[in-house]
Amino acid sequence: MTIFGISTQALFGQLLIGLINGAFYAMLSLGLAVIFGLLNIINFTHGALYMVGAFCAWFLLQYAGVGYWWSLLLAPIAVGAVGVIIERTMLSRLYKLDHLYGLLLTFGLALIIQGVFTNFFGSSGLPYALPTEFAGAYNLGFMFLPKYRAWVIVASLVVCLATWYVIERTRLGSNLRAATENPTLVQAFGINVPRMITLTYGFGVALAAFAGVMAAPIYQVNPEMGANLIIVVFAVVVIGGMGSILGSIITGFGLGLIEGLTKVFYPEASNTVIFIIMAIVLLIKPAGLFGRAR
Amino acid sequence: MVLLFGVGPFVVYPVFLMNVLCMAIFACAFNLLIGFGGLLSFGHAMFLGMAGYVCAHAAKVWGLPPEGAIALGTVTAAGLGILAGLLAIRRQGIYFAMITLALAQMVYFFCLQAPFTHGEDGIQAVPRGRMFGFLDLNSMWVLYYVVLAIFVAAFLLIYRTVHSPFGQVLKAIRENEPRAISLGYDADRYKLLAFVLSATLAGLAGATKAVVFQLASLTDVHWSMSGEVVLMTLLGGMGTIFGPVLGALVIVGLQNYLAPLGQWVTVITGAIFVVCVLAFRRGIVGELGAWWRRRQASGPPTSG
Repeated sequence: MTIFGISTQALFGQLLIGLINGAFYAMLSLGLAVIFGLLNIINFTHGALYMVGAFCAWFLLQYAGVGYWWSLLLAPIAVGAVGVIIERTMLSRLYKLDHLYGLLLTFGLALIIQGVFTNFFGSSGLPYALPTEFAGAYNLGFMFLPKYRAWVIVASLVVCLATWYVIERTRLGSNLRAATENPTLVQAFGINVPRMITLTYGFGVALAAFAGVMAAPIYQVNPEMGANLIIVVFAVVVIGGMGSILGSIITGFGLGLIEGLTKVFYPEASNTVIFIIMAIVLLIKPAGLFGRAR
Repeated sequence: MVLLFGVGPFVVYPVFLMNVLCMAIFACAFNLLIGFGGLLSFGHAMFLGMAGYVCAHAAKVWGLPPEGAIALGTVTAAGLGILAGLLAIRRQGIYFAMITLALAQMVYFFCLQAPFTHGEDGIQAVPRGRMFGFLDLNSMWVLYYVVLAIFVAAFLLIYRTVHSPFGQVLKAIRENEPRAISLGYDADRYKLLAFVLSATLAGLAGATKAVVFQLASLTDVHWSMSGEVVLMTLLGGMGTIFGPVLGALVIVGLQNYLAPLGQWVTVITGAIFVVCVLAFRRGIVGELGAWWRRRQASGPPTSG
């Protein structure tokens, strides 16, 4: 069976890859958006910490024999703790300054983390064995869906929607959103805003580590896996605008799909299509698809 | 400073100094944008690298003389600067940085895939040729003083720009954009002009670098190069005239002498970033200037 001269097998295969990439775009841009909302900092270390998350999973399996499921819990906690330390010791000194310094600081940290890992592990990838529960694939009739890929899509959707629910629908989330609007006033109501900021940063980077663990069995664990991804995620964030949580989820998945489609119809542009979309969006709606002009 | 660079090649390896000079033009061009316009571009490597490619291609394949090739590379960077600038100035602050970074990554992928750049190999063995027909650039000394002349010209142009009414308006926009607009200045036009000027000079640096090293490669378009120029400017002192030159000297020197350490250079670079941002935000020249002003303010030192 073919559509526009392309076999459905190839089409759905690329769409699936696109959806998987989209899942990672969504999780990472969500973390960036949450951090940006409260800290007004674009977290350049996000890609590096995503990589650290994947390495955590690899370490745990290699040296401690700890499997995938525990890694999925432990790696985000470990990276979240690192995030809390980074926020307390360094980022918190910069809040009164121009926000660009936060960008520069996190860029420097990303270089350090990436450099250290490249030193010890080289730039070739390390394989992470697929958990045995996920061996095999579902036959959907028109294509085979590997079980692990299905899990990644479902799990990332659940995590994204849970984050959205917490921020938009719970008391904790409303405190958070209030602190985004006016931290001084919220503090006057007796809410510990600095602690909230620290925990938000920790949560944001834990989300990146969670994505890293999920990525480990799909892509190889590689010190440079985060650096190239984060630039695409930045473009995703510019396209979606950082105002809305749901917006960054939708933009992430949508752009992943578009990238997958481009791979089918015009493979030469598949690396650049997201940046081209960003340019078009900037021309039409500079604040981003879901953004509010500030 | 010109004197120092003039006698420099008698003391230090000239190719190293030429690299410093090229990077110093690049850093000064970048500083024009961040230091005086308040715009942080995280994608300046696209101008450096693209101009390098065009210059190398023009010299090698089309057989243009070096001045023609460098001019063509610079003009290309200016054109790219207009396109990128028109998009990027639509957002401010952090978004501006992210947009320029994303655009530069797009240019990177273009350079990786386009046939004339030869992908991973880059354009190698670029002929240096004779500048204006009589300056034989294959002689290290002639080449060095030509590069020095280009640097001095670029530096003076930036100096003039900063101290012109245009530079003053730019600073006003950096300090308070709504106010500058209310005074009747078209802020976007000034920002675009500054962006294009900065891109053009970055292109000049890239084209010159391609002639010096006889090579145009992906390194110069990669995002890490964009990061490097930010670091040079930050370390030397943002918004100072001489800071970027000093920063370029220090960073190129570090990379040169620490090259055997391999990837640790990345770690050291990152560490310098962190230290600069946390403790040293005015950079070397900025801190020295502040120290000097404090000294002046506290009157002549009382000798005991």
